[in-house]
Amino acid sequence: MTFNLAILTDNWRDLLDGMVLTVLIWAGGTVMGLAIGLMVAVVQLLTNRWIAAPLNVYVAVMRGTPFLIQLFIIYYGGPFFGLDLTPMVAGVAGLALYGGAYFSEIFRAGFVSVPPGQIEAARMMGISRLAIVRHVQLPQMLVIILPALANMTVLLSKETAVLSVITVNELTSVVQSIGSTTFAFAETLLFLALVYWAFLEIVTAAARRLEKRVGRFMLRTQN
Amino acid sequence: MFNTEIIVKSLPMLLQASVWTVVYSLTSVAIGFCIGTLMCAAGLSSSRLGRGVAAFYVSFFRGVPLLVQLLISYYCLPLIGLNVPSSVAAVGTLALCTGAYIAEILRGGFLGIPPGLIEAARMVGLSRAQILTRIEVPMAVRFTLPALVNETTMMVKASSLISVVGVLELTRLAQNIATSTFQPLEIYLAAGAIYFVINAVISSAGTLVEGRFKAETAR
Repeated sequence: MTFNLAILTDNWRDLLDGMVLTVLIWAGGTVMGLAIGLMVAVVQLLTNRWIAAPLNVYVAVMRGTPFLIQLFIIYYGGPFFGLDLTPMVAGVAGLALYGGAYFSEIFRAGFVSVPPGQIEAARMMGISRLAIVRHVQLPQMLVIILPALANMTVLLSKETAVLSVITVNELTSVVQSIGSTTFAFAETLLFLALVYWAFLEIVTAAARRLEKRVGRFMLRTQN
Repeated sequence: MFNTEIIVKSLPMLLQASVWTVVYSLTSVAIGFCIGTLMCAAGLSSSRLGRGVAAFYVSFFRGVPLLVQLLISYYCLPLIGLNVPSSVAAVGTLALCTGAYIAEILRGGFLGIPPGLIEAARMVGLSRAQILTRIEVPMAVRFTLPALVNETTMMVKASSLISVVGVLELTRLAQNIATSTFQPLEIYLAAGAIYFVINAVISSAGTLVEGRFKAETAR
């Protein structure tokens, strides 16, 4: 087995493009997923169970079925509903919908973690329910759920590799096409693994630092 | 038109393929549990080498997407002269991946065991292996059962990825039917429903066992 690193340097442009696209997909999917998750959790919190029921089904279905099948349904099943999505749009939407279900569960746990006495007190003062969420519950719970949110964000970054199956031109798919034209699978795939590994270690370390900072802030407010 | 007929027609085939999904995912969880236990024990041991190996293993297999791991095992094992069937390579990769997560889950369980218990076992003359299999693992499993069941359902979902490296299971068969019948929506919805049912069964089985454990502890 020979190890030819020139394959990587020869194709650096494509690899860089793939990397940038992977990060963009991850960022887009995460931001939209957080928005979906927060909306779902707030609606579940503030409305009656007839409105919450379909949302519960959404969360259960997204968490109970493989991400790959969800992508297939959105991308190949989309035209049935008149949704002719490009692989990229289908992929990011899939990532957001998948992440949103998990994020909503994290937010839901966060809402429960704020002592009910505070909400009662705020209500007595005539603050609207939505304002209580915005000014009383969210600021406190975000600190508590930060590790869980960070963890899910890291998990989502790994799911971006699956988008290669529906032909999104992200890093995994770039690497596979270089591999299949040059037969240099070992070099390219190990490079791919190292890139993801390094990226995840960096994101995880950044999350730890953020948690520590926020933790310090928590200690200060308690004193 | 939503074609329910195609779902009814292909359901027997899909169910048959789902047996493979269950077999592959449960086998990899079983093997992964053994790997995870060993890695967890190594990670908590006093040996620096053991801790290093465990940390590297957990970090790599949790830090690289499963799809990438599968591609590596599929394309690179033959390069180093290992010509194993793709299903074996895929199950091995799934097992290594879930083993890293299980090692992390069990860690919490191992740390929850009162140290006096281990000391007592050592005094009675149990060997290190006996303490691991008779005391530490059973207790750690009880402490962490919900997380272990959750990991199992994650693996059922993750097993859909082995379709990409050419192993025939539920997702792969669904792909085959979808491309030959041009009814992707119906077929993938049916496949998704089967995955959902499999995971629902595993989750409720987990809750059942958990309840039994709790009843036993209460007694």
